[in-house]
Amino acid sequence: MDAARPVVAVSGAGKTYDNGTRALAAVTLDVARGEFVVLLGPSGCGKTTLLRMTAGLLPPTDGAVRWWGAPAPPDDDDHRLAMVFQSPTLMPWARVQANVRLPLDLARVERRTADARAAEALAGVGLAQDQERYPRELSGGMQMRVSIARALAVRPALLLMDEPFAALDEFTRHRLDDDLLALWQRQALTVLFVTHGIQEAVYLATRVIVMAAQPGRVIADVPIDLPHPRAPAVRGTPAFAAHCAHLSSLVAAASAGPA
Amino acid sequence: MNAPAHLGVLRLAAPLGVAVLLLAAWQAAVMLWEVPFYIVPAPTRILATLWDDRALLAASLGVTASVALAALALAVVAGVLTAFVFAQSRIIEASLLPYAILLQVTPIVAIAPLIIIWVKDTRTALVLCAAVVAIFPIISSTSLGLRSVDPGLADLFRMSRASRLQVLLRLRIPSALPYFFAGLRVASGLALIGAVVAEFVAGTGGQGAGLAYQILMAGIELNIPRLFAALVVITSAGVALYAAVGLLARLALGGWHDSEVTEVR
Repeated sequence: MDAARPVVAVSGAGKTYDNGTRALAAVTLDVARGEFVVLLGPSGCGKTTLLRMTAGLLPPTDGAVRWWGAPAPPDDDDHRLAMVFQSPTLMPWARVQANVRLPLDLARVERRTADARAAEALAGVGLAQDQERYPRELSGGMQMRVSIARALAVRPALLLMDEPFAALDEFTRHRLDDDLLALWQRQALTVLFVTHGIQEAVYLATRVIVMAAQPGRVIADVPIDLPHPRAPAVRGTPAFAAHCAHLSSLVAAASAGPA
Repeated sequence: MNAPAHLGVLRLAAPLGVAVLLLAAWQAAVMLWEVPFYIVPAPTRILATLWDDRALLAASLGVTASVALAALALAVVAGVLTAFVFAQSRIIEASLLPYAILLQVTPIVAIAPLIIIWVKDTRTALVLCAAVVAIFPIISSTSLGLRSVDPGLADLFRMSRASRLQVLLRLRIPSALPYFFAGLRVASGLALIGAVVAEFVAGTGGQGAGLAYQILMAGIELNIPRLFAALVVITSAGVALYAAVGLLARLALGGWHDSEVTEVR
């Protein structure tokens, strides 16, 4: 029954803060199972606000968000949401393994199952050897991998990512983009990914939602028909360049208008 | 590898070198100008007094140290509990914090006589006075720590539907630990100062005579070498207490917190 329903359905959801600031005008967006949707836009376009709404962390002031048709994310193992933040947000006092196990511990998953899932998730991001290390002993890229492993450990039915690689250097970012795509395919993930990088959006997405600022709103919904699996070489193809140019002009047109 | 080790030796050797120089200058000045020992005793004379009065000073140190340690323990328990109450809501904190500050800014010498009058048992009164001095840094740093939670981690806990207890045990308390230990370091010194000041005010002699009483009596009897010896003992006790708290912090945070990680990456 879940296959037919959108994983998350945002209908006319907007956010106005108490001080009158309109962070997000009414947005409607469905994410279907297996999609890799990227929210693309400049700073202040409300993409993080929208992501936090779909995470259930921020209630919309008007409109509604539904998960598998329900008004709140269901609390069971088949419908877990997981979020990867802009920074790794790891617990500095806990070893890598305990950090990855945290959401399972909080959900009171039995210890042995949790250990096995944490190990599996760490292996999935290539950190099987680093379980006993502390976050501060790892590089920024490795910390981000731990953060992704923590999200994957709950076997999320919806993976939310808020500019996860923005703080990393370009080489590391490209590698993590590739690893993420591989994980998405292998584990049939559903991903909602926020970025302000046009190339990154085209490289990752099956669909790009273009957003504009003042007020934050959706201005275009662009399917990316580049075939999967994608390899770094795709960045050199004319089709890739055409998609980038198209998205770039959409963002530019929205910013050029009266603000 | 080499540089940090070298730095470690320097950090120990440099202040010791300064101490040796100062003591040598002191000794030389006393001998050169023939300063009488009842004005300024030479370091060698203080050392001799330390040895001669060792039984008396050790007994007094025992009294003062036990008051300071009991006060520190009381301040930790009461301070941490208060911080937890403060962390429960902003309204509670806003209503009670001014009184904690009031307690902090009132000089202990001004309230010690009251406490000593109200509390019958002298030792209990001394412990209370010292605890009043030591409690504020524990309250302020622990409640700051309980609030200093990474907002991303807080979101993660919310998305995982963590209970209040889980948030407290797995997020707030570990986040607060480095702050707590910073407060404990300050409080350990204050507990000793508070114990000494309270003893001065109480002026308890006899069997329960602490180091402050020895200083008081030595001053009255113009036994200046003993006064200096008692001062050396108090200061050493303070340094030892500070070092012990530092060791405790290192044991608790050594693996992960920046303030306690010595290796250079």
